[in-house]
Amino acid sequence: MLSPTILIPAILNGLLTGAVYALVALGLTLIYGVLHIINFAHGALLSAALFAAFFAYRLLGLDPYLAVFLLAPLFFALGYALQRFIIGPASRGDDRNMLLVTLGIAVVIENALLYAFRADTRTINVPYAFETINFGFTFLAVPRVVGFVAVFLVALALWLIMTFTDMGRAIRAVAKEKVGAELVGIDVAHVYAMTFGLGSACVAVAACLLIPTYYVNPGVGNAFVLVAFTIVVLGGMGSVPGALVGALLIGVVESISGLFLGESLGQIGIFVIFIFVLLVRPSGLFGARP
Amino acid sequence: MKGFAPIAAVFGVLAAVPLVVHSNVTLNFLVVALMIALAGQGWNILGGYGGQYSFGHAAFFGTGAYVTAILQVRYGINAWLAFGAGIASGAALGGIIGSLTFRSGLRGSYFALVTLAFAEVLRIVASVAPITGAGVGTLIHLDLRAQAFQFQSRALFYWVILTLVGVSLVVARLIERSRFGAWLIAVRENEDAAKALGVDARSVKTAAMVISGAITAAAGCFYAQYFLFVDSGIAYGTWMSIEALLTPIIGGVGTVFGPLLGALVVKSLGEGAKLVTGDVPGLDLIVYGAVLVLVIWFTPRGLIGGFAQVGKRLTRRAVPATTSIREAGHG
Amino acid sequence: MSDQKFPLSRRRFLTTTALGAAVAATGSIATPSVLRAQGAGVKLGVLHPVTGALSYSGQQGRLGATLAIEEINAAGGIKGLGKIDAVLGDAQSTPEGGTAEVEKMNSAGVACIVGGYASNICLATTQAAARYELPYVVDVGVADGIVTRGLKNTFRFGPGFGVISKTALANLAAINDQAGKPAKTVMIVHEDSLFGSGLAKLLNAQLPQHGFQILETIPHPTPTRDFNNVVLKIKAQNPDLVIPANYYNEYVLLARTMRQQQVKLKGIYSVLGGAASSYKFVKEFPDAARYIMDCNHWFDPRNEKAVALKKKVESKDQFFTYEVYMNYSCVYLIADAIQRAASADRAKLTAALASSTFSGHVMPYGPTKFVNGQNDGAAPVNTQVLDNDIKVILPPAFANAKPVFPMPA
Repeated sequence: MLSPTILIPAILNGLLTGAVYALVALGLTLIYGVLHIINFAHGALLSAALFAAFFAYRLLGLDPYLAVFLLAPLFFALGYALQRFIIGPASRGDDRNMLLVTLGIAVVIENALLYAFRADTRTINVPYAFETINFGFTFLAVPRVVGFVAVFLVALALWLIMTFTDMGRAIRAVAKEKVGAELVGIDVAHVYAMTFGLGSACVAVAACLLIPTYYVNPGVGNAFVLVAFTIVVLGGMGSVPGALVGALLIGVVESISGLFLGESLGQIGIFVIFIFVLLVRPSGLFGARP
Repeated sequence: MKGFAPIAAVFGVLAAVPLVVHSNVTLNFLVVALMIALAGQGWNILGGYGGQYSFGHAAFFGTGAYVTAILQVRYGINAWLAFGAGIASGAALGGIIGSLTFRSGLRGSYFALVTLAFAEVLRIVASVAPITGAGVGTLIHLDLRAQAFQFQSRALFYWVILTLVGVSLVVARLIERSRFGAWLIAVRENEDAAKALGVDARSVKTAAMVISGAITAAAGCFYAQYFLFVDSGIAYGTWMSIEALLTPIIGGVGTVFGPLLGALVVKSLGEGAKLVTGDVPGLDLIVYGAVLVLVIWFTPRGLIGGFAQVGKRLTRRAVPATTSIREAGHG
Repeated sequence: MSDQKFPLSRRRFLTTTALGAAVAATGSIATPSVLRAQGAGVKLGVLHPVTGALSYSGQQGRLGATLAIEEINAAGGIKGLGKIDAVLGDAQSTPEGGTAEVEKMNSAGVACIVGGYASNICLATTQAAARYELPYVVDVGVADGIVTRGLKNTFRFGPGFGVISKTALANLAAINDQAGKPAKTVMIVHEDSLFGSGLAKLLNAQLPQHGFQILETIPHPTPTRDFNNVVLKIKAQNPDLVIPANYYNEYVLLARTMRQQQVKLKGIYSVLGGAASSYKFVKEFPDAARYIMDCNHWFDPRNEKAVALKKKVESKDQFFTYEVYMNYSCVYLIADAIQRAASADRAKLTAALASSTFSGHVMPYGPTKFVNGQNDGAAPVNTQVLDNDIKVILPPAFANAKPVFPMPA
């Protein structure tokens, strides 16, 4: 089993899978870093975005890679509204209430999808879904390679937004010192909503990149949430590069441990690494000490 | 003994229910609600009084359930003894996880997620380990005799779980009144200040987790006896972790009756939503989720806090603006 | 602390819920007034996981059961007893959700319950129904534990694991022998819960007896997000056959990934494959589905009633999945038993089910005969995806095509 003909493809494969995780985790880490909440609605939003990408293709004939430019703004608006008009007022700034409110929203979204579209698994069959790049010893599916490249672009875009725009500076200010930011006149509720919007837009991008090789049903997003949580903490909460590196690492760990321990037990690799890192270095790989 | 009178009163009222209500639908509903209340009370000891929010209480629930089931099925041990062993194993697991995580000084979200990871590790192990029956799960033989801790009548099961809940209420009250409870609350309010005053925060938190684990494990043991089947998804799935924290937070975190009230309300909410929406898949859960958000919106300190607030305002006759809170309080 | 307020609100809470329950009970008792003209009607509990992880299968099952009930009622219901009144229930994909529904159905006065779908739900619901000696017909639930516990009320119309794996192996050996034994090595890919693991265990015990060598058995969780590693292992060991046993989503991902990675096999032979005998899969991924063989629940393609039902389901824009026709058949089986018992009485109905020889169903089972609650004639059949359709290739009595094996490159 140790032959490089298996090991190298497995590592490559882990990196590609990690890229998908990174897309989901980027949005989460942003929300986590600024609002300090665990957003339980993240998975449900991913399901919703996958449905949106699915229907954009089926009804409008829009290729998923083009649908990004429609869905990302749409989900930005949705996320903004959710935080501004529901999560914010309902939780009144209390962390644990935010957690429960996002849980309630997750239940509503997931079941609204179930109610509207039934539970069938749906897939789209884009012409390039089965195209592969031949490396001699392995084949890499084109859509997965596209996703890998895209995640770096998304991370770069996020970094640019956070570093060079007023909005980004305001977000960082609120994340670091909420009271101080309030004192200098930053509208914290607005910043929170913008952050939630950005996080949701990331989910929409993830969905568009995922749909060519994956499927959609009302509960599909849940499969990614737990992994995304671990990545966020592993990378250091709120850290964009942390989420990126954490996700690729988790992808490879999952792939390798799946290879040696079998797919069922292999999942354990993620959590063991996670527990170990937290016990040894609780701030995560890239975070400041809490 | 003033603090124990309400417990006795609530226990008495609930104990009389099967004498009045003969519908097994209602009894089964109450049995499940009480089981969740028990799991929630376990969470409440650590999360409510100690301020350590765990996302992985399924670890204790599942361990209790598996130990009870496996000891009976594989080792032929008497069900009552297995039940006790299940509770003890929950306490032991609490000690292990507590000492590991608190030694590393994990707090807040970090603690929450590391507990979740422990529960996931156990779930994965249980889904492949031969002793748990791996993916097939463990089925306890149907044997409706009291020696086997199985009862023909739902009422007897109801009294069993009610007794366990009663004990958990007394334990919570005793903790509240003890020096240990004072330390625990001090740690919750300000851990550094508590340490400065000489409280051994690590030991206090670990002890709370031992008690917490034992109580939640008892709910798991009960699950195994009541449904007679355990698999890795049932035992260690995230649903129990969520229910265990949802009920005390809805009911009133860090209060003796919070988990019980929360469990009854959350479970009735689910049933009520079903009655309203009929047989359309998903619609009842949409209503459930929406009402959940509204309850949190209007009673931010949990229902018990909400009642207290309404009570105060009513006595002050500040009637306006209380209407919505009252409605939500009874939702 | 607000303990003083608490007992008061608790009491109010209890009375409101008790009231609510009472209203609900009278509501459901009052409704069948229209039917009273033709007799009181018979209540039938239709229990499926229509929300949660299993909701697709559950909704398909409910569709099958309600279609049968509509047909029976349109034809005048059950003679002398009136129409069937469906009491629908949602198990929410959990055993405790199923149990709660059984309690409700019992107090609503159902004569019998059909459904359950997943094995772990069926284990809990049959046992809950047994307390009331309420007859229960399991629609799918393949774990053998369901019918070997000695519950007198429990009947399973379809086949269990034991029979399925035995048939699957015998048919595999037959197909292989007929083609001149091209396949010798096998890899099994199965999901790791009760259904997949149970099956893998039986396959591991029995495959060597038929002369096959098992190279590896790979379990995976549901959901699994990515199958590239599994496919890498398959490629490295290069087996003649891959045997998948998993649910729809994972099956689709596995089949697509095998095609992407250009795995060359002599055949894909699945046992209760989630997608292998699914019209949806064949329609959406004709290339990935071609030549896949499956040993699964299947309707009798020569039965006119089955063909008519298929048309009806497809005209509703739904796929004709096994949940539909198994539940459809179960409802007819129950209706026949109620007819013969001439009563909705539970004991009489249980006896009527136990002595059933019903053959008006759409499955390739022949007349029904329950032995300790298990339908003795129930068996899976082998299908293969040929010409963008799903054909039955074995047993010969029901076949409408010949197997194509090994699959052409």
